[in-house]
Amino acid sequence: MLRNARLFAVLVLSLFMATLSLSVAARAADFAASLEKFAADDFTETAAAVDDIAISGSPNAQKVLEALGNARLFFDPQTKKVYIGETDNSYSDAATGAKVATPPAGLQTVRVNNRLRRNIDMAIGTLTLLSPDAGRRQQAADSIFKSRDAATLPALENALKAEKNAAIARTFTEARAAILLSQPDTPRADMLSAVSVLRGRADIGAIAALRSIPDKADADVKAAANDAVAAIESRLKLISYVQNVWYGLSLGSVLLLAAIGLAITFGVMGVINMAHGEMVMIGAYTTFVVQDLIRTRAPNLFDWSLPIALPLAFLVTGLIGVIIERGIIRFLYGRPLETLLATWGVSLILQQAVRTIFGPNNREVGAPSYMSGAFDFYGLAITWGRMWIIVFTLVVFLTLLAALKWTALGLHMRAVTQNRRMASSMGIRTPWVDALTFGLGSGLAGIAGVALSQIDNVSPNLGQSYIIDSFMVVVFGGVGNLWGTLVSAFALGIANKFLEPLAGAVLAKIFILVLLILFIQKRPRGLFALKGRAVEA
Amino acid sequence: MVDEKLHVTQALLYLDGVSVSFDGYRAIRGLSIYIEPGEMRAIIGPNGAGKTTMMDIITGKTRPDEGEVLFDAGKYDLTKLDETAIAELGIGRKFQKPTVFESHTVADNILLALKGPRTAAASLFGWRNNVEREKIDEVLTTTGLLDHRDRPAGVISHGQKQWLEIGMLLAQDPAIMLVDEPVAGMTDAETEQTAALLKDINKSHSVIVVEHDMAFVRALDCKVTCLHEGSVLSEGSIDKVAGDERVIEVYLGR
Amino acid sequence: MITKYIVSRLDGMGLMFLAVMAVVAVFVPLSNLLLPPTSAFHVPTYLMALIGKYLCYAILAVSLDLVWGYCGILSLGHGAFFALGGYAMGMYLMRQIGTRGVYANPILPDFMVFLNWKELPWFWYGFDMFPFALLMVFLAPGLLAFVFGWLAFRSRVTGVYLSIITQALTYALLLAFFRNDMGFGGNNGLTDFKDILGFNVQAQGTRATLFFLTALSLILAYLLSRWMVTTSFGKIIVAIRDAESRTRFLGFRVEHFKLLVFTVSAAMAGLAGALYVPQVGIINPSEFSPANSIEAVIWVAVGGRGTLVGAAVGAILVNFLKTVFTSGFLAPYWLFLLGAIFVIVTLAVPKGIIGTLNGYYERWRGEDGEARWHRKSADDTTAATSNETGAGAKIHG
Repeated sequence: MLRNARLFAVLVLSLFMATLSLSVAARAADFAASLEKFAADDFTETAAAVDDIAISGSPNAQKVLEALGNARLFFDPQTKKVYIGETDNSYSDAATGAKVATPPAGLQTVRVNNRLRRNIDMAIGTLTLLSPDAGRRQQAADSIFKSRDAATLPALENALKAEKNAAIARTFTEARAAILLSQPDTPRADMLSAVSVLRGRADIGAIAALRSIPDKADADVKAAANDAVAAIESRLKLISYVQNVWYGLSLGSVLLLAAIGLAITFGVMGVINMAHGEMVMIGAYTTFVVQDLIRTRAPNLFDWSLPIALPLAFLVTGLIGVIIERGIIRFLYGRPLETLLATWGVSLILQQAVRTIFGPNNREVGAPSYMSGAFDFYGLAITWGRMWIIVFTLVVFLTLLAALKWTALGLHMRAVTQNRRMASSMGIRTPWVDALTFGLGSGLAGIAGVALSQIDNVSPNLGQSYIIDSFMVVVFGGVGNLWGTLVSAFALGIANKFLEPLAGAVLAKIFILVLLILFIQKRPRGLFALKGRAVEA
Repeated sequence: MVDEKLHVTQALLYLDGVSVSFDGYRAIRGLSIYIEPGEMRAIIGPNGAGKTTMMDIITGKTRPDEGEVLFDAGKYDLTKLDETAIAELGIGRKFQKPTVFESHTVADNILLALKGPRTAAASLFGWRNNVEREKIDEVLTTTGLLDHRDRPAGVISHGQKQWLEIGMLLAQDPAIMLVDEPVAGMTDAETEQTAALLKDINKSHSVIVVEHDMAFVRALDCKVTCLHEGSVLSEGSIDKVAGDERVIEVYLGR
Repeated sequence: MITKYIVSRLDGMGLMFLAVMAVVAVFVPLSNLLLPPTSAFHVPTYLMALIGKYLCYAILAVSLDLVWGYCGILSLGHGAFFALGGYAMGMYLMRQIGTRGVYANPILPDFMVFLNWKELPWFWYGFDMFPFALLMVFLAPGLLAFVFGWLAFRSRVTGVYLSIITQALTYALLLAFFRNDMGFGGNNGLTDFKDILGFNVQAQGTRATLFFLTALSLILAYLLSRWMVTTSFGKIIVAIRDAESRTRFLGFRVEHFKLLVFTVSAAMAGLAGALYVPQVGIINPSEFSPANSIEAVIWVAVGGRGTLVGAAVGAILVNFLKTVFTSGFLAPYWLFLLGAIFVIVTLAVPKGIIGTLNGYYERWRGEDGEARWHRKSADDTTAATSNETGAGAKIHG
């Protein structure tokens, strides 16, 4: 009920303002009249003229005000006509904007002082309220909201009437509410409706505006304002928690992406692949190469660069994975420590190979249009890139789960990991299953590289920064358990983001590492360990 | 009730109502077994009856979910101790799959098993560095491995590894030995020798033997317990157990 | 008596190694100091510093071989222990600078003045005294290894899991030491040293002495390790390496054995780092880089794990190759070569150089356990052969 009453009040107020507005024709006449005030050569008159022009809505208004600020506005004391001195030393008529071939002799500069200069700046500011560019109108409204300058109120109300864009109109309304609230002589009803408008805005700026209520305002207005401030603050707190969770999910998705391939090679096969990070790196470089080709051959396909790079990265890194498995790892089954060393050697070779081909520096990988920019979601600032990466990670994860469950390779893979001899005697070609499983893990790393190229520097060292984190994620989640890896990645991501404000990014990371080391002492087989006799073997 | 109390106070090894499950599968269900000091006991039963799991529980490798496992007339609660502590109490074990230190020589395997202080300091400065050759050779002679004393334990035959593990048990000189399938992979002659050796060992130690070879069990001539699905199916003399209808049903076959 | 005891613990390879090291320890510093630069036998100072660096790495490799080769603990944290020892020495050297620093603060090292610190952090106390610093050289890495090992071995973290968490530990230390707030000089580390025990670290005499001490430390580290692995302690840690749970069922407290060997090894790595710092003149956080620790593992693998001598040889050989390859036109190929070494050694030469040589040598002599056994059974059957190798050869032939 109360809210409806306030809404009604706002509506009534708006209608009242509308009736006060002037017609377009009247405005043009006003503009000429305002200009004449400059000719009075009196600071008070000039100030009045500036204010009038600001709300006139004339297309010439901005040009006139800028000329005034730059001491290039002149008047003819005889005719009271006002001229603008152009930068090329010609003159134009301030009222019409038409060029003047020969300016009258005896032109005088319209003088300004510092107080006027401030007025001029502000007036130019209110002019942008009517700019055809929506972004600039929004900016102007935001700056008025912050300054709460009462002088801009008429211009604001003018602009509000003309505004078609709902979001900008809302900001205008909020800016007006902020101004009304800071004025001691605003009627009580207006005050109350302004409070409710600001409460709806619910951000730090709204709190500042609500705190600007004059002391002599009515007690119930003050109470309403305090109430609104408290409500906004608790909402902001909630938002900051949610924001942390969001950042955590974002980091978690990155961790999961990097670790998901390792969850296959290490978790399922038990192979320590220290070159896993390099697979991610090669995936990122694949993206770079694809974008490079698109830039030179088919620039209009740029938005398709990521969808094109994904299967390519999967194939390239998957193939490298199969080669590594057939060439090295298959000779080392049952010797995990040796596998660790050999794959480390492979990682050095791959790094140096990429360094030799692409150079040691960061390579620029661009963001397609759908990956850049941000949007506001109930007060949360969400970047499209991060959001798509989270979505993409979950899609990859679920696809992998489904593939393991329903495809022939998945079935064979599970058979081989559970009982190699039995699987082999049932006609499963275990060497190929090993090679393809390793290829799958590597290919997943390559896919991760495509996504990570959007948020990280693409350099030969890219993989190095992920390898330790990835292993920790897999071990923490419980080896051989994909859901464990998911939970572990998001838990570590969120924990990291909640620690960061307390301790700083580096310390938070150290802290998480130490916690993980301690956790592994407590539960050496991770969060979701398989139990039973088979594990011992 | 009185009977049970008596067991608690007298039994060397006392298992009562022991249960354990792995991922929902109950490998042992309410198992109760009492071993007297100086007793030899043969445990038989089909695969999956819980024989090896029982040994895992006694030696501390597996913790039971419920039940009591007491040692030395109820003085020690084995469920509270780890493998090392249990071994130090005097419970020795030979594994189903012979497990010896393959890169050490046969003699060194015995050396490491010899009874004596087992701390790190003792191993650096202690007596184990100055063990007389005879002491080791004595064990090797008993187990017929003297000729192989300087071979790496990894290269001797399967049967010889079985003997080596028994030799290690002898060197360890525990109060009770748990011997898991000691004659698997042995010839008939070797099996006979092993039975004789175990009976000889039994003069100074308690022994639990898990075995499938009924001829061997008969040769041991001791009390027999048949396990089935994690609990005792039948217990008594070999003739009583072998004649038990249920044992014939699940294990021996008709 | 003592000499006889030591010799009794050594094999041919060990004696040869000690003899070479003794010659190097004496010859290199003396030739550097006494022979004129024109002499063909003169060892220039830069070369002495280079060999000194190799010897520090050799000590690190021996310490790593002790835990990995004999006890099966693949530590990817030995680079961190090395760096901790280095930092302990670096802190002593920093405090010796005194008022000769840029800011001439008698107490605070330059970087602290630069960061506007007013007081010396508590953990820098005592480092102005050499004996204390020397103690910390062993204690800092030793204590870390002890605490870490106590937690890890007690909860039976083994194999690759242990390797991964030692690497995580190293990584955490790397991040920590890069932070300025930690009070260890941030990413610049500790450098611009002036004196050690009152002697100028740049002086030729000091350098020669440091070289001699490094070579002596390598000899002592080798002897200590050799003694440990030839006692029954050594047999037990090898047993743990091969069949950990069996060792437990024999009644050995596996975690105590592992903890002892891990801690001793870490302290030894710390000593290597402490000798390294005054000779190269700087210690910075990049020494904690996980890659360094893994590189040390490959030195051991190249030389032959479980041989001690091989570890030292591998460290010297790989680092010599690194010196050759990282200077001049070969530089872009070093990582290819290093990577290839990792792959080839694990696939083709798992026993390493010394291990493989030992194998050939023993086969040639017919002296491995198998041959001895065959010979012995031949003795028993023929019961009368004076030429033992002849009998062995007969069996093989």
